[in-house]
Amino acid sequence: MRPDLEIIQQWIQPGYHVLDLGCGDGTLLDYLQRERGASGFGLEINPEHITTCMSRGVPVIEQNLDTQGLGNFDDGSFDTVLMTQALQAVRRPDRVLDEMLRVGRDGIVTFPNFAHWRLRWGLALSGRMPESEALPYKWYNTPNIRLCTFKDFEALCRQKGIRIKSRRVVDGQHQNSWLARLWPNLLGEIAIYRITRENEQ
Amino acid sequence: MPDSLPADSVGVVAPQTLHFDTPIELACGQALDSYDLVVETYGQLNADASNAVLICHALSGHHHAAGYHSADERKPGWWDSCIGPGKPIDTNRFFVVSLNNLGGCHGSTGPNSINPATGKPYGPDFPVITVGDWVKSQALLADRLGIQCWAAVVGGSLGGMQALQWSLDYPERLKHSVVIASTPRLTAQNIAFNEVARQAITSDREFHDGRYYDFGLVPRRGLMLARMVGHITYLSDASMGEKFGRELRDQAYKFGYDAEFQVESYLRYQGERFSESFDANTYLLMTKALDYFDPAYDYGGDLARALAEARCEFLVLSFSTDWRFTPARSEELVNAMIAARRKVSYSEIDAPWGHDAFLIPTPRYTDIFTAYMDRVAREVGQ
Repeated sequence: MRPDLEIIQQWIQPGYHVLDLGCGDGTLLDYLQRERGASGFGLEINPEHITTCMSRGVPVIEQNLDTQGLGNFDDGSFDTVLMTQALQAVRRPDRVLDEMLRVGRDGIVTFPNFAHWRLRWGLALSGRMPESEALPYKWYNTPNIRLCTFKDFEALCRQKGIRIKSRRVVDGQHQNSWLARLWPNLLGEIAIYRITRENEQ
Repeated sequence: MPDSLPADSVGVVAPQTLHFDTPIELACGQALDSYDLVVETYGQLNADASNAVLICHALSGHHHAAGYHSADERKPGWWDSCIGPGKPIDTNRFFVVSLNNLGGCHGSTGPNSINPATGKPYGPDFPVITVGDWVKSQALLADRLGIQCWAAVVGGSLGGMQALQWSLDYPERLKHSVVIASTPRLTAQNIAFNEVARQAITSDREFHDGRYYDFGLVPRRGLMLARMVGHITYLSDASMGEKFGRELRDQAYKFGYDAEFQVESYLRYQGERFSESFDANTYLLMTKALDYFDPAYDYGGDLARALAEARCEFLVLSFSTDWRFTPARSEELVNAMIAARRKVSYSEIDAPWGHDAFLIPTPRYTDIFTAYMDRVAREVGQ
């Protein structure tokens, strides 16, 4: 199993009702349904991904986070709201975070770290926008329009009264190295955050 | 029929008439003591009868959903694009059942059938039928065919309403409900269009309060107008524009009231053909069934509460240019399913043809429909 899925599934209790924002081809939800007895929905806009979800029996709703938000979901209607590798692709990640923690008791977010040493090094050395395995696009065609660093994300959480319950930092292959744990903002490529409202347990 | 049958056609098919002589109680309080249902089936029912798919027709549809009746038939059944070997509803894997609903005019008992009590056509005495009544009669049909549980109930438009009603009335008797280009209830605007259609029919002087059969007449003009209004609402402005634009039949304006624009002559032609093959009382009845449909009605308008009864999984599809039943109406239905924690998948298909898009194959529509039905087939071991 992919190490990031291994980490995420530990936080999903059996029978949890989950919402997966930008669920892709449904790999994660499919796994959570089968292995953790979870229920729920994925939201997706990519047509091929939607078709794949339907083919594997993952309930998927075609919905654009940027234009439609999550207004169609009731407060607290999910145990967990997931967003893996999509935060950097939405227009207003700050609002999406608010919405995640409105409709879910907690949230799980993963995104690429723009402060990873290789990206810093690439920019410093070549003077051009960095590309990496986690960010494999040119500056002009990337879907990743809101890049941030782990420090940026955590500052936003503090400002919003969002509590970080857990954080695991991994490299591009989702491996959890001890060095990345030591200097996450420099050596971590992807972080898996588990967040909740300050007043939630 | 074309010169040679396409490889993905179910081929030449024959409808059969099934007679039921146990009375069926209807929502309006009346009962039919006995009735016929005309049915077509495609594919083979498997040993445990788990691969059956019910196709529900829309307003003017009937049992002939796929294939050809004879060598003379020019066009195949109304949903031939989606039913057949290798098509979304794959007849190599599914046993497909399609019927003409009660109140219809293509062989099933309806206003133009003989009322055994009087020896004359029912006409306006035929009871008003609801979507729930259709579903009830379809459940009796399933009993007759030895089908305890449908792998899926599938329908577009008014057919989608039946697929939805099935999930509420017989939650244990279907695994999947596929609701395409439909709505959880009609809007005032929808009902208004239906009322214009009904007024067109009832104000035709050959209508004779629905007893036109007794006079050997057909309210053709009214039916034609009703169909013209309906037809406009099933297409989109863009698709009409593309098909006809402002094209004239002749080169120049004639400053009169004959059909000068191509679109006028097309609508008249369609209306006239329809008035030759459809029964006016059936049109009234079917549009009323549309108007009355509202599964949330018994739950204080709370659709999510109604849907809590359902046990099946849902696929809901809408079309971007459908202004008769807009994507927003499908989303309303999907949101109620989400609130009721039902398993639902939803996609809005980008297609230019308005409401009629559900009858026209587009790659995106075909891909999604195929992927979903492929999984349904795998689930029942096909």
